[in-house]
Amino acid sequence: MRLTALLAAPLVWLIAIYVVALAALLITALWRVDSFTGNLDRSTYSLDNIKTVLTTPLYRTVAIRTVGIAALVTVIDILIALPIAFYMAKVASPRIRGVLLIAVLTPLWASYLVKAFAWRATLSNGGLLEWLGAPVGLQSPGYGLTAVVLTQAYIWLPYVILPIYAGLERVPDSILNASSDLGAPAWTTLRLVVLPMLVPAIIAGSIFSFSLTLGDYITVNIVGGANQMLGNLVFVNAGAANNLPLAAAVALIPITIMIVYLAAVRRTGALDNL
Amino acid sequence: MILSSSARRVLAVLTWAVLALIYVPLIVVVFNSFNTNQAMTWPPDGFTLTWWKRAWESQGAREAVLTSLQVAALATLTALVLGTLLAFALQRFDFFGKSSVNLLVILPIALPGIVTGIALNNAFKGIMNVELSLLTLVVAHATFCIVTVFNNVQARLRRMGGNLEEASSDLGAGIWTTFRLVTFPQLRSALLAGGLLAFALSFDEIIVTTFTAGIDLTTLPIWILNNMFRPSQAPVVNVVAVVMILLSIVPIWIAQKLSSDTQGVQ
Repeated sequence: MRLTALLAAPLVWLIAIYVVALAALLITALWRVDSFTGNLDRSTYSLDNIKTVLTTPLYRTVAIRTVGIAALVTVIDILIALPIAFYMAKVASPRIRGVLLIAVLTPLWASYLVKAFAWRATLSNGGLLEWLGAPVGLQSPGYGLTAVVLTQAYIWLPYVILPIYAGLERVPDSILNASSDLGAPAWTTLRLVVLPMLVPAIIAGSIFSFSLTLGDYITVNIVGGANQMLGNLVFVNAGAANNLPLAAAVALIPITIMIVYLAAVRRTGALDNL
Repeated sequence: MILSSSARRVLAVLTWAVLALIYVPLIVVVFNSFNTNQAMTWPPDGFTLTWWKRAWESQGAREAVLTSLQVAALATLTALVLGTLLAFALQRFDFFGKSSVNLLVILPIALPGIVTGIALNNAFKGIMNVELSLLTLVVAHATFCIVTVFNNVQARLRRMGGNLEEASSDLGAGIWTTFRLVTFPQLRSALLAGGLLAFALSFDEIIVTTFTAGIDLTTLPIWILNNMFRPSQAPVVNVVAVVMILLSIVPIWIAQKLSSDTQGVQ
């Protein structure tokens, strides 16, 4: 009885608004827009939009590019996050650990838009990167896909550090000591003992960096030059092009990718680490 | 495990270097807000307060701040109620489908922003035939803000246990009295922390916002996005960015102090 009272409002909200909205997206993808009136035609169902998305080279190129960027961002973030999280959890003294934790958390909550804007300024013509690179003969990457990867990796890094740090805190020191008492060098202990225990935490972090990059279209507008990601196609079709069904069909790409990804990692227990 | 002292040193240097690098772009923005050069080249040409003065006088920026505050306040209030109810249900009861509910709360921020955005846009415009407005924006924001309140309250409930509440009801207090005098005072700081984070999340959000805000509604992030690409307005955007950095850092520090036991603040 009390459980029902507690659950009713939030569950109705999340299901009636969110789950239904996600399901409705699937249905809308089967509708079409009347080319004369510009109104939604809700009576005929067809797979035309989905066919368009799957067969048009533009959509395929952009989809592959977006997934590639998201994967690259995730790999970069994990590689940077692992040593930092390890230092924070297992090497630094408790006092320093507290300082580091705040240092990681603060930029996490700084505005996303401000961070993208900050990179726009840093990468700009005559900006800091150009100034730093000039003496050693390096050029700033300027605005483009490299800048997008850099900025996204920057923005989502704290989201990857935190779950890995939390995962490392759960690895007891006694296990590390046992491994070295049995003669394993530090590197072997890291590889055979720590890393396997960390897999769920690493995947939890990757869910954030991968998913958030997959669904981003603002950063690519700000530092990506003329490049487009999936989000741009969704946004243009939903807005200016007034073709909600096609936008919905494009959105099915990241949804499918994330559902497959979440289902694949569910067994590792990664979802409990979020 | 014994790490050689050189390995420790390498890790320490690496960690501090990366964390320092994280702050570099933000510091560039702060310096640029005083840069006399409008094109924001580095190093700054000279010191000026012109941009700060212009930002202060910008009507558009002021109105955008007010809109954002309004949206964030309403979304936070909604998220506080829904997130707290959900945290109690999941922490104090066992039921079928519990882990699905857990996943459901995270989903709105774990799924790509455009997915949440287009799904809600479509639900409002395509299915319910509702015009986008302040209300639709608040509903969208509240949906992804629930998780921050939920996380904080749930962590606090887990640490509190149920002993004090049982004692209270053994001594004859009703459910409501127990909540008011025993449970709520212990939850207060967790609610504040969760609420602050929800507020910050809503105040900053841009992707879902572009899909669910009414056409005449300009939140601060939308205002920044609209003005960022105009060379004459860019320095003013820069000042607003500095203000946003300061505004987002302060609540986070308070929230951190209030909820030192929550790691997964996202």
